[in-house]
Amino acid sequence: MKLRNKEREIKHEVNMTSMIDIVFLLLVFFVMTFKIVELEGDFSVRMPLASQSSGSIDDTDLPLKLRLQADPAGQLASIRMNEVDLGVDFNALQNTVISLVSGQLPSEEAGDGPEVEIDTDFNLRYEYVINAITAVSGYKEGDQTVKLIDKIKFAKPRR
Amino acid sequence: MRVKSKKVDLAEGDLTPMIDMVFQLIAFFMVLINFAQTEANDRVVLPKSVLVKPPEEALQFPIVLHVTQDGEVILGGEGFTVDTLRIGLNRELAVIRAEGKSPADANVVIRAHKNTPAGDVQEVIRVAQDQELERFALRVKEDRS
Repeated sequence: MKLRNKEREIKHEVNMTSMIDIVFLLLVFFVMTFKIVELEGDFSVRMPLASQSSGSIDDTDLPLKLRLQADPAGQLASIRMNEVDLGVDFNALQNTVISLVSGQLPSEEAGDGPEVEIDTDFNLRYEYVINAITAVSGYKEGDQTVKLIDKIKFAKPRR
Repeated sequence: MRVKSKKVDLAEGDLTPMIDMVFQLIAFFMVLINFAQTEANDRVVLPKSVLVKPPEEALQFPIVLHVTQDGEVILGGEGFTVDTLRIGLNRELAVIRAEGKSPADANVVIRAHKNTPAGDVQEVIRVAQDQELERFALRVKEDRS
């Protein structure tokens, strides 16, 4: 009996074209939708509507008054903390807050610390308000964040 | 004379390295794609602060308000003014109340453009306070410089 020579192996070549097409489509999709993620965070502020029937006001409960004034273009014109003019320097504001807060008891419970009331001109750019909140909230010492004032509220909007 | 038949020589390149690279690229972009960015709005450029860090856990019952430079408030893709915002907030609060929670449990995330007049942001907060909302999160970009 004559046996066939089996040495010849049939080469099966898979057609890659369609797969490469789809893979490139996927690649294009991901490249187009790619967006560098900007890390965001929050300043969490608890601001319930002030009750009108507040009883006796204790002097120690009075918030620190932070007044931010704007020029007609919305740029910061002056910072006043408890009626002390600090120019337009947020570092000076921070130092003032540090000196004010350091006089208080260090073992304050959370939510029981000093409070700051931000009274800003209507047209002041929001960016400056955030800078002010940053300055009064704390500062960075290396990787650590030192907290200063937790409680922040806004005064009535000035029209 | 005998002419040799010229067989066209099909040069088959080895596609394996290219496919490897393409798959690696796809894997890279898939890992980095961030669908959570849908929360962002192109019209809002957030201010920066060195103090904030990305939250470790998501806020409970967030109500995201985008405040654009001209004072328009965007809630759920719909534009409101300060005067009409109450309607949009009530709609959100109805959902929260339906889940058995109170407005005080909701978190109002304010994403305001850095050049927005601060008064507009205050007005938005005031309207939200009128609806008994009291937890606010002022969203800012992390400044690593």
